Amino acid sequence: MSDVNTRKLLSDPLLDNNPITVQVLGVCSALAVTGNVTNALIMGAAVTMVTAFSNLTISLLRNYIPSRIRMIVQLVVIAFLVTLVSLFLQAFSYDLSKELSVYVGLIITNCILMGRLEAFALGNKPLPSFLDGIGNGLGYGLILLIVGSIRELFGTGSLLGFTFFGEEAFHNIAFLKSGFFHAFFHNGLMVLPIASIFILGIIIWIQRSKNAELVDIS
Amino acid sequence: MGDLINIFVKSAFVENMVLIYFLGMCSYLAVSKTVKTAVGLGAAVIFVLAITAPINWIIRENLLVEGALGWIHPSFETLNFEFLGLIIYIGVIAALVQLVEMVIEKFSPALYMSLGIFLPLITVNCSILGGTLFMITKEYNLAQSAVFGIGSGFGFFLAIVALAAIREKLRYSNVPAPLRGLGMAFIITGLMGLAFMGLMGIKL
Repeated sequence: MSDVNTRKLLSDPLLDNNPITVQVLGVCSALAVTGNVTNALIMGAAVTMVTAFSNLTISLLRNYIPSRIRMIVQLVVIAFLVTLVSLFLQAFSYDLSKELSVYVGLIITNCILMGRLEAFALGNKPLPSFLDGIGNGLGYGLILLIVGSIRELFGTGSLLGFTFFGEEAFHNIAFLKSGFFHAFFHNGLMVLPIASIFILGIIIWIQRSKNAELVDIS
Repeated sequence: MGDLINIFVKSAFVENMVLIYFLGMCSYLAVSKTVKTAVGLGAAVIFVLAITAPINWIIRENLLVEGALGWIHPSFETLNFEFLGLIIYIGVIAALVQLVEMVIEKFSPALYMSLGIFLPLITVNCSILGGTLFMITKEYNLAQSAVFGIGSGFGFFLAIVALAAIREKLRYSNVPAPLRGLGMAFIITGLMGLAFMGLMGIKL
């Protein structure tokens, strides 16, 4: 395996073959947990972990799994990993796990996992499968991060605890203290989960207008 | 009784699985190109949700929660198997979908043909597992969880058939090329979601 291929495994899912905007997998959780950047980052990290290790496990087992029961085997591997992640979150950051509620458990039915296992891990060696898992997890995380930061910035005026818009913005930096940033009002729509669906639609629009190969013909 | 009707209306309209919680989006976007297939998938989801929610409730109450195994021996009173929940629920869902598929194939080949590939796909539809997990966080009893399952399934049916009908009409309109298909489906879903959010103020 050459270096170019390794890099492609990691970089392809970030843009040209993004799991959310191009393959249309794993949309469910991408929309619901992107209210702020922290949630988006945690969810992206959790999904990356699970995709990477489930790809690795299934790829190691691929010659021993009878094809008739492979779905059940895949589900058990995924469910095991998701249970680990969910218990880990509950142990180390209970508030966050309460906030993400059922969506951590729902990583099991995130189509990215099953899709990558079926499409890649069942037919490839462990190392490329592991990298493919990481790449797809990061591609998913990237979209979550974009949507999360847009929603948090325009919805609450702050990003990771630092205020950009509104009364509080830049109150200790003299030359930015008044004017434009203070006059900005928070956008109430962005706080609602429904905003993420519009943002995702617009991201898809931009991506497809840049890359004509992705345009739907039907 | 009134309580059950409330849960049905709430799960179907006010807390619609697809448009408010965004669960089951993958199959919702992929299978909504024509009304006929959308009706097939919607019916299959109602069917499976109506069965899995109460069965997972029975399994959880009788095997998993703390003290549930006390009838075997008093020393089992302290056992709590809830950490195994996710694996067991998804196993039950996979097994039930397989079972439902075989039963339908045996007794109604016509329905089986029309549902086709959608039945096995339902295993990884987020709204099915989501139904079970929401039923647990909302602490419903057996009858309530059955009604919740049917209601959520009906909500999914409603949303997917509506989107498919709109997309069928959209084929005749002049949408900008990069927005065609998926992009437009997202934006329409957003608009439908906004409309459904208007129901949120209803207290039941």
